[in-house]
Amino acid sequence: MSDVVEKTLTALPSLLSLDSQPGSAKLSSTAKLGNLIRGITELTSKHEEEKLIQHELASIKEQVSSPNTTMRQMRELMVRAVYCEMLGYEASFSYIHAIKLAQQGNVLEKRVGYLAVSLFLNESHELLLLLVNTVLKDLQSTNLIEVCMALTVVCQIFPKDMIPVILPIVEEKLNHPKEIIRRKAVLALHKFYLIAPNQVQHIHNKFRKALCDKDPGVMTASLHIYLQLIQENAEAYKDLTASFVTILKQVVGGKLPMDFNYHSVPAPWLQIQLLRILSLLGKNDQRTSEVMYEVLDESLRRAEMNHNITYAILYECVKCVYTIHPKSELLEKAAKCIGNFVLSPKINLKYLGLKALTYVVQQDPKLALQHQMTIIECLDHSDVIIKRETLELLFRITNAQNVTVIVEKMLDFLRLSKDDHMTIDIVGKVAELAEKYAPDNEWFIQTMNAVFSLGGDMMQPEIPNGFLKLLSEGFDSEEEDRKLRLFAVSSYISLLQGEPSKLPQRFLQVICWVLGEYSFLKEDLEPSVVLGLLTKLLDMKSSSSETKSWVLVAMTKLCWSEAAVSEAQQVAETYSSSFDTTLRQRAQELQHLSRDSQLHSRVLPPGGRLEPDEVDSSLSFLDGFVSEALSAGAAPYKPLHQRQEELSRSKVLSLEPYGLSLPISTSSCSITDRQSPTLLSTSSGLSGDGTDFSHRGSSTTLRLDGVKRVWGREGYLAQKKPVEEVAQVEVPSPLRSPSQQGDANSCRSKTPTPTANPECDQEKQQLASSLFGGLSSQSSVCLMEKSEPDIQRFRRKAKGQRSSSTTNEQRANPTVSSASAVDNLLCNNLLEADTEPINSSAKQTFQHPHSLSVANGACDAEAILTDGDPKERNQPLSSEDFVEADDSPPREDQERSKDSCLTPHLPAELSGFSHSEIIPLCSSQSLDLSACHVQTDNSVVLVVFITNTSEDANLQIQVLSEELEVFCVCESPVEEVRGRSVSVRQYSLTVKMPLVHFELVGMLSYSIPAGMPQAMMQFSYKLPLTSFIRPLTVSTEEYGSMWLAFSHDTKQNLTLIKEEREPLTATLNALNKKLSLHVVEIIGVEGLVACSLLQDQPCLMHCRVHAGRLAVWLRSPVPDLPDCLLYHCQRALQEP
Amino acid sequence: MMRFLLLFSRQGKLRLQKWFTPITEREKKKIIRDMTTLVLARQPRSCNFLQWKDLKIIYKRYASLYFCLAVENQENELLALEVIHRYVELLDKYFGNVCELDIIFNFEKAYFILDEFLMGGEIQETSKQMVNRSIEASDMLQEDDSSEWYEVELFG
Repeated sequence: MSDVVEKTLTALPSLLSLDSQPGSAKLSSTAKLGNLIRGITELTSKHEEEKLIQHELASIKEQVSSPNTTMRQMRELMVRAVYCEMLGYEASFSYIHAIKLAQQGNVLEKRVGYLAVSLFLNESHELLLLLVNTVLKDLQSTNLIEVCMALTVVCQIFPKDMIPVILPIVEEKLNHPKEIIRRKAVLALHKFYLIAPNQVQHIHNKFRKALCDKDPGVMTASLHIYLQLIQENAEAYKDLTASFVTILKQVVGGKLPMDFNYHSVPAPWLQIQLLRILSLLGKNDQRTSEVMYEVLDESLRRAEMNHNITYAILYECVKCVYTIHPKSELLEKAAKCIGNFVLSPKINLKYLGLKALTYVVQQDPKLALQHQMTIIECLDHSDVIIKRETLELLFRITNAQNVTVIVEKMLDFLRLSKDDHMTIDIVGKVAELAEKYAPDNEWFIQTMNAVFSLGGDMMQPEIPNGFLKLLSEGFDSEEEDRKLRLFAVSSYISLLQGEPSKLPQRFLQVICWVLGEYSFLKEDLEPSVVLGLLTKLLDMKSSSSETKSWVLVAMTKLCWSEAAVSEAQQVAETYSSSFDTTLRQRAQELQHLSRDSQLHSRVLPPGGRLEPDEVDSSLSFLDGFVSEALSAGAAPYKPLHQRQEELSRSKVLSLEPYGLSLPISTSSCSITDRQSPTLLSTSSGLSGDGTDFSHRGSSTTLRLDGVKRVWGREGYLAQKKPVEEVAQVEVPSPLRSPSQQGDANSCRSKTPTPTANPECDQEKQQLASSLFGGLSSQSSVCLMEKSEPDIQRFRRKAKGQRSSSTTNEQRANPTVSSASAVDNLLCNNLLEADTEPINSSAKQTFQHPHSLSVANGACDAEAILTDGDPKERNQPLSSEDFVEADDSPPREDQERSKDSCLTPHLPAELSGFSHSEIIPLCSSQSLDLSACHVQTDNSVVLVVFITNTSEDANLQIQVLSEELEVFCVCESPVEEVRGRSVSVRQYSLTVKMPLVHFELVGMLSYSIPAGMPQAMMQFSYKLPLTSFIRPLTVSTEEYGSMWLAFSHDTKQNLTLIKEEREPLTATLNALNKKLSLHVVEIIGVEGLVACSLLQDQPCLMHCRVHAGRLAVWLRSPVPDLPDCLLYHCQRALQEP
Repeated sequence: MMRFLLLFSRQGKLRLQKWFTPITEREKKKIIRDMTTLVLARQPRSCNFLQWKDLKIIYKRYASLYFCLAVENQENELLALEVIHRYVELLDKYFGNVCELDIIFNFEKAYFILDEFLMGGEIQETSKQMVNRSIEASDMLQEDDSSEWYEVELFG
């Protein structure tokens, strides 16, 4: 109330000023607009309105171009101009002034200016270029409102080519402190992405930043982009699934500020957006789907309020549940939801229920059964939209048994339909069903007749083409074909005897073709009778010239009897002087062929021709001709496009004739080239206009080329399947065993039928059983023979099978797949462990284990000492030595045996793994300690060799480390070491906390000989982190989900290995070799690498080539691991 | 994504048009004509959704004014209906008990509100408070102007 009072009060002064200074510039803007509006409403005729507006526009025009008009007046003028345009009168003179207003006005005037521009101009208007600078300036303005306005106008209307100019500034706005600016910037980028996706390719990670924005509004805005991106490539965003699920959980849980509530439902737009994203991500992906089951369940549970918006969420939930990998519990709940929708008295909900049913019915045909009575009610609904949706649903559940009923319903609908778009759609569907499931010839022809007469000339040309194709190619059985054609002929004869003027042109063309080809099948039919009927078509005013040419061609085929010939010649006479070249051509053909019966029977053999002509699209039979012509100096042939290109390049006046206007049904000519009037019409064009013979000729052959692909000798690819199906359907279903039928019946009787009064429902029940009969049996079949794909009946069956409660299979699958994954993993690991050292360079730390294994096999863990020079013995062997040792033991047995016996050898169980060089640790007079570490699959073992060159000794060794856990494999710390032998100790090491290098400190106390006073030796051993690193074999999706889960990360730029072609691959391969990191995938300039610290501590690395360097980003659940690993990566890449 | 929003009266007079994708003037005229005839021909108790070519039309009548929103086929119809409703709520909050005349006489304001609510065919801001705040922020700069457009109340 107070508002109104206030308004009135504030309005008073202006009202007064209006009175006191009439007609002055102070006259308020809305007063002028108001005057105009009121003026219009008072008018009675359209003519008067036009006069008034024209007058108004003239006055606006005068004022806007006057130099004295202030910006403020201009603003008012613009509003009036916009109003006039809205009424449908052009005010193009004001466009430039709108831009000027946006440029020069203050904030308020600017706003009107921008509004007027966005209403006046469209994206390709040339004046828009003048706006670019203004937008640029406003984007950089310090006034937030101006920035907002600029972003809004950028979203609404901006020349595509100019996007790069403002892109950096809009990008910058993503970091703006005000969330409203960030949000608008995100939406503007979304818009850019839609109109010019390649230009925002580089800012994908900024989108991620927007997704993580602390303001929920900005995050919501970024989802628009993500929905788009995920629609295009769901695989690339699987890693975000967990985040989306978390967001949805928070939203559903009411964690957002109250501002986002809509009728006390938390952020419904956001919820629905997320559900749509999730359904895209979870589609055909069990792992990802599993992540979202919980939140979907929660959403289904929470949305229970009786409000449109909750239904909207529920509907999206249901769709999502049925799109992702199925989970029976959720499906059950979703099915219940659909039930509520369908049964709702609210018509909007009913509509959505039907839509949802249509969506899910392939997966769950039983659901349609449950609601059969409702569906039948909806079939007779007064609202055409509901009816149409019901037909859509029925279309999806059609099978061989209910096809007649459903097609009948669809035809009924078509008879009443006034909407062209709907008619075209449904006609196509009827034709599809008829071809697929036709129970018999008669029905098929009659249905197609209905399709042709109802579909008229709007329907897709594929329908008549497909039908003719079907007739001409036939099925397996000659006899069936004959019957079908015969039936078609008789049906068409009777149609022509009726009122052919009411039939659409397309239908007449079909009739002509069929009669021309097959009327001989009807033995009691004289060709002259057919000719008579066809002549009537020629005389009809409504016949198009295209139809007439079809008629003439049909006549040409028919004129093989005496009576027919005379009639034909009469017709030919008339049309050979037609104005239409095509018709004239046809008439000429008819005339010549009817005169010369021999020629006629050669060109058009009576009885039809079963084999279509072979089309040699390469025109190889002309080769001789061409080479002859070339040798005679003719110019070589150039294809059309090349000629055009050359023409445009030479920039001379194009002398090319206007494009050949082929009749619409070019493809219809393809049944056989000679039978079609349209194709011949091209050749008639040829003869009529000889200036560009080669050009025309080539264009026809080009067309033939295209045609051949569809229709070629092997048949029309797209139609092939239906043909087979009809052939199958033709055999009525005795194939179904009685037990199955019994099943079907019991299933049918079991379904609940929510009806009350029997008398009026009798009919509906009957309808129901005829509609859903096939369905129920089908679903039972489905249950029993789940493995057998029933593709022919239901094209999109694949999904249905999966959901048709083959739960066992589903449960089994994951174990199988995970088992195989484990196999893979093991296999890979083994493989890598095996091959990696071979590949590695000579300078590397590791040596191939195999070189040792032979020797080890021979002397096992301990070796007996024969002679001793400890210094020499303990020299680490280079890999060359090993090779030699392997190759030559028999030859140099004597010399070698001394050494090899005192040489430390790895225990047999470790010999298969790669190990480091054996390095000396410390030595005393008689004892030498050396050590190496061995990398097994799941551990690192430190092997300490104690070489005793003197007598027996007692030893005690302790090995310690702060960062490593050391576990001694031997039981007792004290050991007796015999003289002249090598004793081996093993310590298994595990990492407590990651470091770049680990240091082990050891203490050896010994007494030689045993019983003598103890002496001590200290030693230390260093090993790098890399010893603990194992490749981690994960899939890209797993990588994605892991990536998000890890919290510790680090980033750095590394040097790329200089290689010209693929520096990234080379670099990653180097890392793989040197550090045994697993390369998950290389996508363009990005690479995914994974490894783990021993078995269970993964670390992921994301690499991207950026400005000649490798930007790496490491993530791990283990603190410090990324940093330490980074160090090694750096080292590995710096080494030559 | 939304494609366009039209507001027209029971007599088929256009009150507001917003096109979210580039469309030529001729097409616009045709669409407006199609929409008004389609929607005005609907029976009162029928469903609020229509199929038009490859688009979903969601319409709703508020008093004498029809709101007609076209969305892409895969969009959620109920949600689109709520988009319309929220826009009406926003208008109502701004004008206070909004009527068709408010929108006729202040159509530019209706556009400004719409621009704050939807952007590039997507929802931008669903909070009533927020939309109003940003509209008022711009209106504040209006100084003495504010008096003028309230005159509608007197005319209405």
